Amino acid sequence: MATYKPVVVQAVPKLGAKVTQDTVYWRGYKTPVQIKEFGAVNKIDFSPVPPYNYAVTASSRIHIYGRYSQEPIKTFSRFKDAAYGATYRDDGNLLAAGSEEGSIHLFDISGKAPLRQFDGHTKAVHVVGFLSDKYRVFSGGDDYSSNLWDIPSATEIVSYSEHTDYVRCGCASKVNADVFITGSYDHTVKLFDARIKSSVMTIEHGQPVESVLLFPSGGLLVSAGGRYVKVWDVLKGGQLLVSLKNHHKTVTCLCLNSSGQRLLSGSLDRHVKIYSTTSYKVVHSFNYATSILSLALSPEDKTIVVGMTNGVLNVKHRKPEERKEKFLRRQPAYRTHVKGRTYVPKQEDFCVSKPVKRVLRKYDKLLKSFQSSKALDAVLEPPIRLYTPEVTVAVMQELHRRGTLRSALAGRDEKQVNLLLTFVARRVIEPRFTPVLVTVADMITDIYQPVVGQSAIVDRQFLRLQEAIGKEIDYQEELLEVLGMMDTLFATFTKATYLEENKSDGLTETVQTNRNN
Amino acid sequence: YLLCAAGDFVKMYSLATEETLRLMGGHADRVTGIQLNPRNHMQLYSSSLDGSIKLWDFMDGIPIKTFSVGPKLLALYALASCEDSVFVIIPKSGERDTFQLVSVKLTKAAGQDVEAKELSLVLDGVDASPKHIAFGREGEYVASVKELNLQVYFFKQKQLNRFSVSATKTKGGNNHFTCIACHPTEDCIATGSADGKIRLWRNFYHKKEYTFSTLHWHHDTVMDLAFSIEGTSLLSGGVESVLVLWHNESDCQKDFLPRLGSPIEYISVSPDGALCCTLHADNRITIVNSNLRFSKSIQGLIKSADVKTGIVVDPRTKALVLNGEPGHLQFYCLQSDQQLFSLDIVQRQYIHQAGLNQADLVKVAFSAQGKWLATVEEREEVTDPELQLKLWFYDEETQSFKLNTRINMPHEDHITDMCFRDMDELEDYSLILVTTGRDCVFKVWVMVEDTDPEAQQSVSWSCDFVGSYHNYQAANCCFSEDGSLLAVSFEETITVWDSVTWDLKCTFCHPPGKIRNICFGRLTCSKYLIGATDCGFLCCWNLLSCALEWSAHLNILVLQPDPLSEYIAAVSWLSKESSLFVFKPNEPRPIYIQRNLCKEKIQLAAFVPRDEPEMIGSEKYLWLRRSQLFFLTDTQELMTLSTKSLEDRLTPSSKQLAVEESLPVTPFSLLLGKHRRQQSQEDTGLGKLVVQNKNEQDSPAVKELLHTPAHVLPSASFLCPIFINSLLISKENKSAEEVADEVEMESEKTEDDSDEERDVTEMEQEDTSPMELLGEMTYKLSKSQEKELRKIRKIDYSWISAF
Repeated sequence: MATYKPVVVQAVPKLGAKVTQDTVYWRGYKTPVQIKEFGAVNKIDFSPVPPYNYAVTASSRIHIYGRYSQEPIKTFSRFKDAAYGATYRDDGNLLAAGSEEGSIHLFDISGKAPLRQFDGHTKAVHVVGFLSDKYRVFSGGDDYSSNLWDIPSATEIVSYSEHTDYVRCGCASKVNADVFITGSYDHTVKLFDARIKSSVMTIEHGQPVESVLLFPSGGLLVSAGGRYVKVWDVLKGGQLLVSLKNHHKTVTCLCLNSSGQRLLSGSLDRHVKIYSTTSYKVVHSFNYATSILSLALSPEDKTIVVGMTNGVLNVKHRKPEERKEKFLRRQPAYRTHVKGRTYVPKQEDFCVSKPVKRVLRKYDKLLKSFQSSKALDAVLEPPIRLYTPEVTVAVMQELHRRGTLRSALAGRDEKQVNLLLTFVARRVIEPRFTPVLVTVADMITDIYQPVVGQSAIVDRQFLRLQEAIGKEIDYQEELLEVLGMMDTLFATFTKATYLEENKSDGLTETVQTNRNN
Repeated sequence: YLLCAAGDFVKMYSLATEETLRLMGGHADRVTGIQLNPRNHMQLYSSSLDGSIKLWDFMDGIPIKTFSVGPKLLALYALASCEDSVFVIIPKSGERDTFQLVSVKLTKAAGQDVEAKELSLVLDGVDASPKHIAFGREGEYVASVKELNLQVYFFKQKQLNRFSVSATKTKGGNNHFTCIACHPTEDCIATGSADGKIRLWRNFYHKKEYTFSTLHWHHDTVMDLAFSIEGTSLLSGGVESVLVLWHNESDCQKDFLPRLGSPIEYISVSPDGALCCTLHADNRITIVNSNLRFSKSIQGLIKSADVKTGIVVDPRTKALVLNGEPGHLQFYCLQSDQQLFSLDIVQRQYIHQAGLNQADLVKVAFSAQGKWLATVEEREEVTDPELQLKLWFYDEETQSFKLNTRINMPHEDHITDMCFRDMDELEDYSLILVTTGRDCVFKVWVMVEDTDPEAQQSVSWSCDFVGSYHNYQAANCCFSEDGSLLAVSFEETITVWDSVTWDLKCTFCHPPGKIRNICFGRLTCSKYLIGATDCGFLCCWNLLSCALEWSAHLNILVLQPDPLSEYIAAVSWLSKESSLFVFKPNEPRPIYIQRNLCKEKIQLAAFVPRDEPEMIGSEKYLWLRRSQLFFLTDTQELMTLSTKSLEDRLTPSSKQLAVEESLPVTPFSLLLGKHRRQQSQEDTGLGKLVVQNKNEQDSPAVKELLHTPAHVLPSASFLCPIFINSLLISKENKSAEEVADEVEMESEKTEDDSDEERDVTEMEQEDTSPMELLGEMTYKLSKSQEKELRKIRKIDYSWISAF
């Protein structure tokens, strides 16, 4: 003997991106805080020591912000013209910045006036950085040269003039205190060793290089330029590992997360993409309002700061970890649970098994006892109707199968009809519900035709239904037009026969049958 | 024990093991009623349509006595109070469709066969069904219902009371009585009617002051009623497939046993009151214990309303697979005649209500190793049919099929055919499924691997290619043996596609008539493609030369290739009889012909592989060596061709065809007394095949000649003498016989010799009887004509192949 089979609710595959651990992780940021700067933000750098303040270089100023403050806690504004690329030293005490007039300023975080000033570049200096021994500074300027400076004596140690265009980015190795790289608009990235008078390695990127990055291990090098982000293996002599083309405008900035597992790239196309550094696939992406110039991630990924061309600084803080709810409901006493658990039946005992009770949903119970109208009521209750409309539609379909849908729909008062019509008008345009709801709408119009005009609310709902269907028909017509155009295009471009299912076609027809409302 | 009448037999089942313990055969026709001997509970009366009553000792299965009554017996009743007589229903002599209840005096004479002609009329104008008559308390009265009337006859007073209810017409139907039961201890009669009401009649001694009360729960016809042994409760059942237990004859106290699977036809209660059993419309008996709990069921091949899926052989279990319960697929084991398991495909609650169209299974296909199963279910709807294609994966752990992919609306319209690419390779990912639909396309479905490692299942199915041909409806599809070619028939045309690139390779057609069946040859004949059209042609094309190899004029209904050999079985339907032809595609001559297979149309056929090749001496049956052929007729009888009766083939009465019955069709039983049950089935005995009506072949023979298209006929000068010869009526039988023999000798090598022998013996028999000369003449004529026609057919084969 068969048992009652519950109504099958059609599962529809979820459209859009799948929820992975990455999306959950990267979505765990609060709504952003916007801070207006004076000009385009060209560099953001986090202090490597707590409390992780960050320096923002925009226009002719460098602002230091605290983690949660929206006002700068300190400002360096001793620049005659634009300042560029303010960078912290590893201990977080010193800050170096280039400037438009070609000088490099070195600030103490606690002081106000620059400690040192390095003059030597003839043109603007866009990139400055500390080597990992903390006593030397490298820089790259628009005069095509990359220089190395000694901090204590404020003198130039060496100057490399190997690039043939502006040097706009650079990075120092964390493992070797003598190694740093610079990227230039001459499409190359050059690796320099302070002990040798010329470059050690040259990598052809192919586009003007906007940003370079070395992995903490020093083995991999990432360069960004044009629409490409390229990863190179330095230890293999600069072999290209992978070329990523996920942006559709120039990539301007690169950044690694604190664990080194994810690579972030910001671009003028207003997106920040996050790649896994094992598979080099995009695992998540952020959208911003305008083109992105600079990007930084605080240690432990607590904050993402993005600087944009219109001078807006976008700061996102991570939500605090949700604590697990520890207030469990009071369970029955331990003893009642354990009672009889360990009892081993003796040989002469006669075992009687307890029948397993199947739990049915409310609508299933009502359908089991053939109470169609009540079953429909049960699925029109707010939680089911609003959050799982597929259940409501599945029950409607089941009622239609049983031939009792009409009687279940009939005999309802104004409020219930209003409810039904609201549901139908809202959901009828969803393709997965259309076939069933068109039938339902037909029946409702049939049943309640005599009472049209008696209630303003119901009339309004009927009008809304009509409007929704009208819109959908227009939309489908437009889609068909587009499809027709695409067919022509494909027919001209491809020689092979092009077969595509015209899926929207059937939908239009079914919707059109309902036009008489 | 549970006794049950099935066909010509009475079956005895064990209640403990549900096995068939004994099969008691002896009646020559359908058994219509069985009844325990009221005075000896080890004995059983059975009545049959052949007009005899037999008394059995059912514990040993021995017939004790046979009483021959004469007319057809339609039902049987035995009473404890009437010591030496039983009651039977017989048709009234001289009138059609009127029946009477008579009592038969069973004489105590010694001997096995006793005549019992002493009939006395009890009631006139009763209905033929055994459910319409019941005997009351201690046999004091008999009650019978027919249409709107209830008759009660009291034996002692010899008084007949008639009651009638006024006819009412509702949308559900009329209120005709359908069944009756009498209370075992009180004067109370319960009647059930077609509108679902049960009436309890009392005080029916008085013609006027009778009273009745009504119980109404059923929404459709009450099929059967039964009182419990004490009479405290009443059981009723109907189309809803719910067994209702009414307590104390009151309307408010009732218990239900719902979802018994299919409509209840009969209810019977055991004499000790502990058990009751219900007989269902789908050939199943359910045993229910007294507190209305389901206890056991006895079932064979489940009979479903319509076998839409065809019969398919499961490659894993070698079981026949076909529609079972609504929405289920049954796996039926042929060796043990029992259902292996039933797979729920639709997974929806089935509502037992007339006039509802509910989703049912229409197509089934297995992959070569039985690892994948594809099913199509559909629900007829006026506006748009609901279609679902489901793909099931065989799970080794649970030993059952598990749903893998569900595709809603795979086609816009009905799916006409479906097949897997049968690759014997082990790698799984070459599997391809092709479906053809009435929406003028065929679709190719392939397995895709899910890249997401967190997904629950690693593979799913999706559409790979959609093909169409001139916007014709696609009808059949078939893969060649090596899987490299796909043939799809579009109305009149067969298209052949490359299964790798999905390019159209070539097309074949045979102009008049649409293609009905297609199949590829196998093994040595794999270069041939066979197609049958609905205007009666069987064609064979050579795939290498893309030309027609041969064709034959045959109205083929079923075309079934044997999966293990190159033979192909074709069943043709010609003037009310089915014939079987077995042939190899590389030669136009059939290697085996079985005319007059059965009178019904054969719907489906399937080759079931044998476990081990059978040793068959005769060359004629070589094609049955590796597998066995099963047929399903449109009255849902399952038959097979057997070679076992080969030894006694010389006697004209026994043919090679032994029809094996597995499927009772019309459950029809009468239930009283101890656990027992009877059930009868359509008779497809051996006897009906004995005499061939040769006269009937006369007209088709001429028709066949005239219908052969002109372009395949040989020259007229060649045909003319033969045709005229055939029209000449020879004066002497002897000469005709000679002509016939001559023709046989010179031409028919393919004709099986037993056929000839039988024909000859038949002729000789007729020779001895001098009467009906005219009839005999036509008989002879038709024979010679037929031979000639065969000759003609042979000629045109050779002509075609020469071409």
